[in-house]
This record gives sequence, structure tokens and C-alpha cells, in this order.
Amino acid sequence: MSTLPAPLLELRGVSKRFVRALDTAAKLAKLLGASAKEETVRAVDAVDLAVQAGEVVGLVGESGCGKSTLGRLAAGLLAPSVGTRLWRGEEIVLLPATAQRDVRLKIQMIFQDSYASLNPRMRVTDIVGEAPVVHGMIKQREQHEYATQMLAHVGLDASLLERFPHQFSGGQRARVGIARALAVKPEFLVCDEAVAALDVSIQAQVLNLFMQLREKFDLTYLFISHDMGVVQHVSDRVFVMYLGRVIENAPTAEIFARTNHPYTKALLAEVPRLDARKKSFVAIQGEIPSPLDPPHGCHFHPRCPQVMPRCRIDQPVLREIAPLHFSACHLNDAAPS
Amino acid sequence: MTEPTLRVENLHTHFFTRQGVVKAVEDVSFSVAPGKILGLVGESGSGKSVTGYSIMGLVDPPGRRVAGRILLGGDDLCAMTSEQMRSVRGRRIAMIFQDPMMTLNPVLRIDTQMIEAIRAHTSVSRVVARERARDALAQVGISAPEERLLAYPHQFSGGMRQRVAIAIALLNKPELIIADEPTTALDVTIQAQILFEMQTLARDSGTALIWITHDLSVIAGLADEICVMYAGRIVEQGTVDAVLDAPLHPYTHGLIDSVPSRGRRGEPLRQIPGMAPSLLDPAQGCAFRERCSRADSACIDQPALSIPIAGRQLRCFHPMPSAAIA
Repeated sequence: MSTLPAPLLELRGVSKRFVRALDTAAKLAKLLGASAKEETVRAVDAVDLAVQAGEVVGLVGESGCGKSTLGRLAAGLLAPSVGTRLWRGEEIVLLPATAQRDVRLKIQMIFQDSYASLNPRMRVTDIVGEAPVVHGMIKQREQHEYATQMLAHVGLDASLLERFPHQFSGGQRARVGIARALAVKPEFLVCDEAVAALDVSIQAQVLNLFMQLREKFDLTYLFISHDMGVVQHVSDRVFVMYLGRVIENAPTAEIFARTNHPYTKALLAEVPRLDARKKSFVAIQGEIPSPLDPPHGCHFHPRCPQVMPRCRIDQPVLREIAPLHFSACHLNDAAPS
Repeated sequence: MTEPTLRVENLHTHFFTRQGVVKAVEDVSFSVAPGKILGLVGESGSGKSVTGYSIMGLVDPPGRRVAGRILLGGDDLCAMTSEQMRSVRGRRIAMIFQDPMMTLNPVLRIDTQMIEAIRAHTSVSRVVARERARDALAQVGISAPEERLLAYPHQFSGGMRQRVAIAIALLNKPELIIADEPTTALDVTIQAQILFEMQTLARDSGTALIWITHDLSVIAGLADEICVMYAGRIVEQGTVDAVLDAPLHPYTHGLIDSVPSRGRRGEPLRQIPGMAPSLLDPAQGCAFRERCSRADSACIDQPALSIPIAGRQLRCFHPMPSAAIA
């Protein structure tokens, strides 16, 4: 495996902290001896993520686990508090400004809410065609034709070019969002819950579209979703996040066949499936704790059915427990398999 | 056979808009027995929520129930005055919405809201009502219910809010609960907890439950019976096992195939082409005709509801052959 080329995109030890600074009143109160403290959320905590060219990496977790923040770090929409981002093995912030801009174009993002991410006052021809014109990829007078081509790639008719986003159905808007991302010829797409808001039959169409585009344009995806079924369907590798940390990652077949981490097990057990009839749902207890004040040790220990005293103190590290299968759980130390 | 809790007969709900009449619910009939869970499945715009609102009598103008009967334990809800409906709503039928903040008032404490809901229908003292409210919270798995009664809705997480909304629905021990996508916005682990509680509830209290959702896999694990809706009509109905294992309607078949599932990783999903038709100006005949691979000239006419197998209902001229089902 040492002969692998440098990953297309790599995040090394990235963390993202959101700090709510003290306002003037709180600062004053602090001067007077009150115990005001800045509030810090570790949305993403020391995560390593390497995506090879052509790969589809799935990122799953419950709301608040930091998967969207990690997606935004990968796409460069947020700067990491700690850690580095590498594009084809080169640290992006050290590249010259023009090269940095090129990398930014190579990584595009597709959002969940196409209503919020498409400008309601722009026509589709501008939504899709503006960025390539701005970046000098095409001339202004070619915009219309270029946008037509892009729409064709996502299965939309050229007659829709003069429409506004609100004139589309949800599935069509999702396609416009994809066309906009494709317009700047990206190599890497970060899809943040891109199919979550769609009806099942439309979701299937859009998932198929993603797979066709991958073939056509040699795309690499970071596919963020809360839906295990979707992630299992599209991904080559799956990363599971819990409260800002990656707790397990492995090739898709491996993680579903030999699930290691108790959280991943619980997550998989509770996914409703067509073939599970009249099942009695036995839930893992409790809810995801507040990231403002995460539990010590292993973040999952308050909900874990197999918790040990050690889990309350030590943070388990991500360790290779089988080839390419990484998991962060103390149980693996207790009973080496 | 036990008398069903709810029987809906030939319900039609139309919206009279400036652009024309939207036939949101067309000739819908079904029934739910006590303690049973009926899954009402469909995509956006299929009329599943409007069916729920019609039963509750919550369809606002320009919408109106234009025909049909809704029998709750023998009483026709369609024939009731709005005053009579008020006493039914919340006491005999309760509804749980996708967004619990539709049920909860953000500026009132939980106890105020729950006590009010009880005292609106039964004359009990505040103390007794409060005890019942506390018990209802405990029943849906809220720990420390006594303290939680004093909280405001914004102090709860999304999953907890939905539990409170369910607890409010349970307060007056209704005969029927209509749940409209109550777990769609929740995480899977929380969804599983709530599904578990609803299952226990239906089994133990004999409450009939209508579960409206777009998610076939939730229904698979939860419901006894399933009605599949498309463009305002029920196109297929039967027990969960029968419908999911041997779907007869091409739409049901397509829906099941569209769910990404184990064992077909990376392969293209067998998708249904096109999208749901507009209800404003529906084409003549079977609404699914345009997207259906089995459609032919016969489908220009609206297929009537037939009973191909005992316990099943179907609206299709060309049902799937049973052998085609993997």
C-alpha cells in the first residue's frame, strides 16, 4: 500500500473550534470577579481524512457530530483552527495565491437545502454560468451555450435556463445545484446531505446521477449523510463521527460486515430497513451530549452498553484493528481479536 | 372481527384555488382496528397529509371535504358541527406533527400546556391534571418528569420536544392517533426510541395509530397494514408483509426498488423516471401512467379499486406478476 499516490485531498489532524467570545458586559463582570468564561465548541477534534482520487468516501453521524463542519473544512469554506489541508500531497496554504485559487475551484460543494444555496433572484443560466465566466474559463457570450451543456449533464432541458429557482421542483433544484458545482470543472465534490430532502423516487434518480457523473468526469466525492442506507450504497469507504471525532472508519463492505465500535453497531442496528418487519426497536439510551461540555474519556461512554471504568478517563485512539479498518474503542485493547 | 376504530369511506378533499380545483384526496377508503398501526405511505404531494388533516377536520379554506364519510366508532365526523369536532379533537383523536413546535406554544411552560389540554376535555382539578401530565411524560421516556414540567419548549432538544408532543397526544387516552412524519427530522437513534414507544403504546393501550410517512423502511418495521398513496388516491393496500414482499402496483414496486439497500452497492438504483404529476391539472386516467413501464392504452381510463387477493386492494390494470418480485 506504500506505493499509493498522494491522496487527492488530505486533512491532517484538523480541528475546528468555535469560540463565543465574551461580550463587554461579561468582560466587566469578569473584572469584578465573576466566573465568566469563553464558551468553546470543538466541532471537529483532531481528524485525519485522506481521500484518494476517484474514491467515494462516506461520512456519517448524527446531527451535531461535526460532519458538516468537517465537510466545510474539506471544501475550504472554513479554515481549520489546527491542522493542515493538502491537495495532491502539497499543503494548500503554502501554495502561491493563483494555485490556491485553482485548488478552490477544483473542490466544489453541493448543499442540502437547494432553496438556501441558490440565489432566488438569479436565473438558472446565471446561477450555472456565472462562475466559469468570472474565472475566465469561458467568455461571457458563451455562457448560455455552456450552461445548456451543464444542464444536459444533469438531465435538465435547456428550456429551463431562463427560470428562477422557485419555479423548479425539489429534484430539479438539486440538479441545478449539481450543475452549478460541475460548471467550474471540479475534481472533488463535497456533498453535504445532498439527497436528504428529496422523495425516495427522486432520491434514487439523483443518486444514480451522482454515480453517472463520477464515471463521466472522474470525480471524487466526500459524501456526507445521516442515512446509512445511502452511504452504504454510494461509498467505497465510510467514516463514522461522534461528537467531533472519527470513531471508526473502514472500507464499506468491511464496516458493515464486521462493525467494531459500539456506537456504529447501535447506529446500524437502528436503521429502519425494508426487510426488518415488526421489529421491536430497542434504542440505545439517551441523546448525543452537548458538544459544549463533552464527556471525558470516550465521548460515547454515557450511552455505551459496554462501558468500562477506563472509558470514563482515557480517550481511546483510532487504531488499525484489521487491514484498513480503524476503530477508537478500548474494547479492542481488552480483547485482541 | 373487531369493529374498526376508524373507517374512512370514499373521502374526497379538494382545494378550490384560483388556478383551479386541486383534488388532493380522491376516493380514499381505509379502516384501522384498535391497537393496530396503519402506515400511510406516499411522496410529497400524494395527499397523505391532507388525508390526516381531513380526518382531524383541519382542512382550511380553500380546501374542503367534498364527499365521503369518516366514521370514528360509528360517529360520522363529516356530519359534526365545528363545536362537536372541537370536543373530539384532542380527546378521541390526537395528531402528532412533524415539527413538534406546531403543537407546542413557545412562550408557555410544558405544565401549563398539558394541564390546559386535559382540562379542556375533562373537569378535573389542576392537581389531578398535573399528575396525569407527569405520568404521560414518564410514559414517553422522559426522565425527571416533575422537573421537566417546569421547562419551556426551547429548553428541550428536538427529540425531547417530539416526546412532549407525543405525551400531549396521549393525555386524554384517544382512540386514534394520527402521526404525520413525526420522526423524519430526528436522528436514527432518537427515531428508534420514539418508534419503540409508539409500538408499545399501540400494543398496550389499544390505541389505533395512523403513521403518515414517505419512508417505507420505517413502515416496514412498525406497521401492520400499509396504504400506498399516489396523486391523491390509494393505489395499493394490504398487510405490510404482503405489500412489501409482493407489491402488485408498479409504483409500489418502483418505490421499493428506489430504496438503497444492502447487497446492491454501487449498482444503479432502479429508479422511477419522471416526477409526480401536478394535481392541479391531472392527465386523464391513471396518474402513474406517464412514469409507468407497464402502461398501455387501457390506462387512459382511471382504474377502479379491485381486490386481486383477499385482504389486498389495488388500482391498476396491469399489476406486477408475482414472479417478477425478487
